Amino acid sequence: MILAAQDLTLRRGDAIVVRDLSLTARPGAMLGLIGPNGAGKTSLLRALCGLDPVAAGVVTYDGRPAAALDRRTFGRAVSYLAQNGRIHWPMKVEEVVALGRLPHGPAEVDAAAERAMAAADVLPLRGRTTGSLSGGERARVLLARALAVEAPVLLADEPVAALDPYHQLQVMEALRDAARGGATVITVLHDLTLAARFCDRLLLMKGGRAVAEGAPDLVLAPERVRDAYGVTVETGTRQGEPFILPWRRSDAEHKP
Amino acid sequence: MTRATTGIPMTGLALGLCVLILALMAASLVIGPVPFDISHALADLMAGRPSLEAMVLAELRLPRAILGAAVGFSLGVTGAALQGLMRNPLADPGVVGVSGAAALGAVLAFYFGLSSAFALALPLGGLAGAGLATAFLLVLARRGAGTATLILAGVALNSLTGALTALALNLSPSPYAALEVVFWLMGSLSDRSLQHVALTLPFMVLGWILVLATSRAMDALTLGEDTAQSLGFSLPRTRLLVVGGAAAAVGASVAVAGAIGFVGLVVPHLMRPLVGHRPGRLLLVSGLAGAALTLGADILVRLIPTRPELKLGVVTALLGAPFFLLLLRRLKMEGE
Repeated sequence: MILAAQDLTLRRGDAIVVRDLSLTARPGAMLGLIGPNGAGKTSLLRALCGLDPVAAGVVTYDGRPAAALDRRTFGRAVSYLAQNGRIHWPMKVEEVVALGRLPHGPAEVDAAAERAMAAADVLPLRGRTTGSLSGGERARVLLARALAVEAPVLLADEPVAALDPYHQLQVMEALRDAARGGATVITVLHDLTLAARFCDRLLLMKGGRAVAEGAPDLVLAPERVRDAYGVTVETGTRQGEPFILPWRRSDAEHKP
Repeated sequence: MTRATTGIPMTGLALGLCVLILALMAASLVIGPVPFDISHALADLMAGRPSLEAMVLAELRLPRAILGAAVGFSLGVTGAALQGLMRNPLADPGVVGVSGAAALGAVLAFYFGLSSAFALALPLGGLAGAGLATAFLLVLARRGAGTATLILAGVALNSLTGALTALALNLSPSPYAALEVVFWLMGSLSDRSLQHVALTLPFMVLGWILVLATSRAMDALTLGEDTAQSLGFSLPRTRLLVVGGAAAAVGASVAVAGAIGFVGLVVPHLMRPLVGHRPGRLLLVSGLAGAALTLGADILVRLIPTRPELKLGVVTALLGAPFFLLLLRRLKMEGE
């Protein structure tokens, strides 16, 4: 399913948080949204899945305006993994994951939940109640819940924020696998190395605008990163894959 | 459906509670201040013989048992739904403000002497109060008010109606009238007729249907409002159903029985571990357990030999409050 936004402007109260932004995300690929805090990444993601209204412009799914899709269809077509998601009642992990099947009715609940738990490596946790989970475990359970929808579009807002390095890699692999499996994946990331290694394309945002879009090596050029984030970076490749490390604040560059 | 991986299987639990309710209703028909042969009364009633026993059964005991179950179901199911909607274990049917408005409506019926003119003035006044409060909340909900706004509006409504009720008591023409109102406010199911049932039960059933229709949305709300919306559930619709349903069921309950506290708060906590803490499954069983608890408390009221008879609302609060404290202690120890 092709997800596209055309000349999108979003407001929060009186403030414009995203201005004249266009993007296209295609099946089989992962698009990373990167940019400093307050760039409008989360607002953009929320508008793409219909959680927030659009002030101007249009969001389309396979060419059809999002507003024209009924809520149920939308629930099956788009899976949204919220930033700092919560689980309000101490249910069992496997039941939380199965909530991802709510838009589909009773079909395939157990099998889909099983696949999602395997992909997010939470099968060993399946019988535990969510109240007993660590922050990282809870984040993976929520990822499994989002994967269980098995939607053609997966939108993940900072899915690795609470995770240790092992599980950061695992979650990024799970998202990449979802994309390789034919899903259209958009994820907000702060880790530039993960963005460079796992995303097929990146959209760099600042101040509500897209300042660069394209292949990771182009978008993450050191001068672009410095302009957007105000940091200098050290870059390189290891085993054919790029890494990019924030090194200094650029305003502190000349200080001893 | 998902496997019932936690708690007791739903069907077994619901059936068990139904059997308990039927047993308690039967006990409620039999137990009372006057010794009573239920088989004679039933035989007379079936045969259309207007004996005293048949009249006591049809005019006093049967409405009391039906209302005990219906009011208890209303309080239990709306308590579970409001806790699920707000994701707050301390919510109860009182928070939407409708119970206060229903009480005020009934108090005004007292105050203006309508209740002495005809018996149904009280529940009618209560329903009118609940109806006005519901209309107010629904207008807010339709204008896009969030859950927190609706609850705050409910709290404000409760304060206002509480103040107006106090004002009516303050200006009461005689201390006896004031005492009558205070007794009514304590909540009771005694001396209700089948007319009371006919007047209020349809509103309660309507409320149950609206609230039970949100079961899947309640499950989705476990993950927060944003995720529930992304799963295809309409938040405004869910709010409308829960607030409208709670208003109809609780408004009718208060209108007919006065304020019966703690059932709506405590019952969902009792049932939650039995349904694996799943808020959608909690709705029906909380209704059933609320019915059982209220029937049980109303039987207890009749078994405790005090004069005047203890008020049902007093008993539920006396039992409910300490029990709730114990429950909170256990939840804290479990780290939930």
